[in-house]
Amino acid sequence: MIDEKRLTHLKQLEAESIHILREVAAEFSNPVMMYSVGKDSSVMLHLAMKAFAPAKLPFPLLHVDTLWKFKEMIEFRDQRVKDLGFDLVVHSNPEGIAMDISPFKHGSKVHTDVMKTEALKQALNAGAYDAVIGGARRDEEKSRAKERIFSFRDKHHRWDPKNQRPELWNVYNTAIQKGESVRVFPISNWTELDIWQYIYLEGIPIPSLYFAKEQEVVEMDGVKILVDDERMPEELRKTAKKEMVRFRTLGCYPLTGAINSTATTLPEIIKEMLLSTSSEREGRLIDKDQEGAMELKKIEGYF
Amino acid sequence: MDIINYLKKHENKDMLRFLTCGSVDDGKSTLIGRMLYDSKMIFDDQLAAAESESKKYGTTGEKIDMALLVDGLQSEREQGITIDVAYRFFATENRKFIIADTPGHEQYTRNMVTGASTADVAIILIDARKGILTQTRRHSFIVSLLGIEHVVVAINKMDLVDFSEEKYEEIKKAYGALADELGIKNTYYIPLSALDGDNVVDKSTKTPWFTGKPLLGLLDSMDISKEIKPENFRFPVQYVNRPNLDFRGFCGTIAAGSVKVGDEITVLPSGKTTKVKSIINGGDITEANRTATTGEAYAPMAVTITTEDEVDISRGDMIVHTKNLPTVSNALKVMLVWMDEKPMTLGRAYDIKRATSVVSGSFEHINYKIDVNTYERTEVTSLELNDIASCKMLLTRPIAADSYKENKETGSFIVVDRISNNTVGAGMIVGVTKRDVDSAHLSNKTYSDAEKALNKYIRDNFPEWECKEI
Repeated sequence: MIDEKRLTHLKQLEAESIHILREVAAEFSNPVMMYSVGKDSSVMLHLAMKAFAPAKLPFPLLHVDTLWKFKEMIEFRDQRVKDLGFDLVVHSNPEGIAMDISPFKHGSKVHTDVMKTEALKQALNAGAYDAVIGGARRDEEKSRAKERIFSFRDKHHRWDPKNQRPELWNVYNTAIQKGESVRVFPISNWTELDIWQYIYLEGIPIPSLYFAKEQEVVEMDGVKILVDDERMPEELRKTAKKEMVRFRTLGCYPLTGAINSTATTLPEIIKEMLLSTSSEREGRLIDKDQEGAMELKKIEGYF
Repeated sequence: MDIINYLKKHENKDMLRFLTCGSVDDGKSTLIGRMLYDSKMIFDDQLAAAESESKKYGTTGEKIDMALLVDGLQSEREQGITIDVAYRFFATENRKFIIADTPGHEQYTRNMVTGASTADVAIILIDARKGILTQTRRHSFIVSLLGIEHVVVAINKMDLVDFSEEKYEEIKKAYGALADELGIKNTYYIPLSALDGDNVVDKSTKTPWFTGKPLLGLLDSMDISKEIKPENFRFPVQYVNRPNLDFRGFCGTIAAGSVKVGDEITVLPSGKTTKVKSIINGGDITEANRTATTGEAYAPMAVTITTEDEVDISRGDMIVHTKNLPTVSNALKVMLVWMDEKPMTLGRAYDIKRATSVVSGSFEHINYKIDVNTYERTEVTSLELNDIASCKMLLTRPIAADSYKENKETGSFIVVDRISNNTVGAGMIVGVTKRDVDSAHLSNKTYSDAEKALNKYIRDNFPEWECKEI
């Protein structure tokens, strides 16, 4: 008899995530992995590459493009496809495009409803995916803390928080009827710090927007917004100032706040994070629309 | 702070999962809120949100209601109770912690069992004024049923009993007797006040008579490693990776023991043997090196194994060391927790998912139902929501059966309703029932290719016959 060898917390989390990804590939006939280009997606992609090596990924990646993402995100995404050779499906809501939906004109709620939640439903219906792998973490937001790793969705992609399947040990119930689906969250148990540490240790590529640079930003509702293109209203653009900023999360540029920072390396980012007194979602405008905003969005089908 | 040194240290952190048992009245959410707040896991914006919510729903008057930091869903906030399992995270110098926060109400036993299933440690909250209550007995029973080896008894609200040592000793003695009755191995006792933070993170000056560590210090330093036998290798095959004709790897998470290249292995239930040719540890794979291999791997690594010979291995099979075979049987004695509104019906077919295998099975007999409060055993013929019972389970195919006591990963299973697809029960294997132990020989029966083809033909074309796969 010997004493149990214990894996470090990151190695344990990594093994758990790989287990979850393989369970999806084994049990579902048409899975897809959400890819939002951010740091969590980058980690998920990295884990999936590990889980199925030496083979290619057994499922495609899906990017719901709201058409308001930072320019660099799209370039980064296309470069990753080239480097790693995975299948990528990109979808934007054609109705939203026809209506010329803009977060500046229509506000964050309408924009998110049409270009994110609706677009996601369209893409999922079109793909008829029975399992949708997402990068949500339980430490992100209170309603996420209660979500299962294999989270059941009805035919209308709706989540019923009061009627979730019990989830025990690492035995996941993957049984569904035709038309229903599950959302699967392989990095549920990772925290923001775990993600950054893992990116650092494994050398995972991430967009440079996460690192501090001198950028043109404007103040909007008390949040610093990057002047990413000329679609930002003229009167706002006129107020732009150059500042050293970086982003803690990436999304639609008019809805994602920058923070003042001098962190240009991963250790500096981690140090800043450890000393930070605000959560990473603070810079996200969509969570504040109403109290319990995330819970409502999730019930409606948002990730 | 030297960040590079900090990162070095944190690379080698361990992980501990714990469960908190108690009701809102015991100050459970307050305790968790306090641990998160004092370990700086609560950010200013979250605190501000809790502050604004405190005015709306809070129950602590002027103070910020710590419970609101953790009570997640809006519906819960309105009702003022925690209705589901929530997972929280924090870290110290040595460890990352995952808290399974579960409700204490009786009707939610199901959630506690769920939270307990992955926990290394349980914290049982006891109100110092009230001592051991029925719910303490219930929580302790579930903790022991789910095989949690370490129990921290948090004697809370010490501020309301003037931090009385006598009170503390009285509860400690009473709980010690309960732990003995249930066979709980390791117990630890802490007098604390979650509301004011006494003995949560820092040692309280109000309990000079207490010589132990405060809660966080205890969790940080507790030895939770288990003795393992490397030869007890258990590898539930999860996924067959076959990108091309030259590569055929069997993916899975090692459930117990360890494996080396060259080891003689047996595939169960077929009984076929071969040798390990190579091991790929998923963790070692990088973008640049997609074919990294390792000589040895152990639990709980997620690996891919290739074999010397082309043997028929598929998802749901269990690979073990040839020199150390587990019992194979289709008749098992189990402890079953029923989790559905619809009662369990004897003889009805359910899907039993154990590790990576899904086998149809039924419960043939209920030996006894056990009362979680009094531990009394009664004879029943069906099980209701939250009932816990010893049952005889009959599977349509034999599986390699370890007892839950021996191995949690391979001794546990969930019960899935074949119509609703809900998880309706959770079970733990106690052992093999005697009468059917000889069904083990079935597993060694081999079929010719023609027999296999016939079997496949029937399964493909006449699914209504419900023919078993051979």
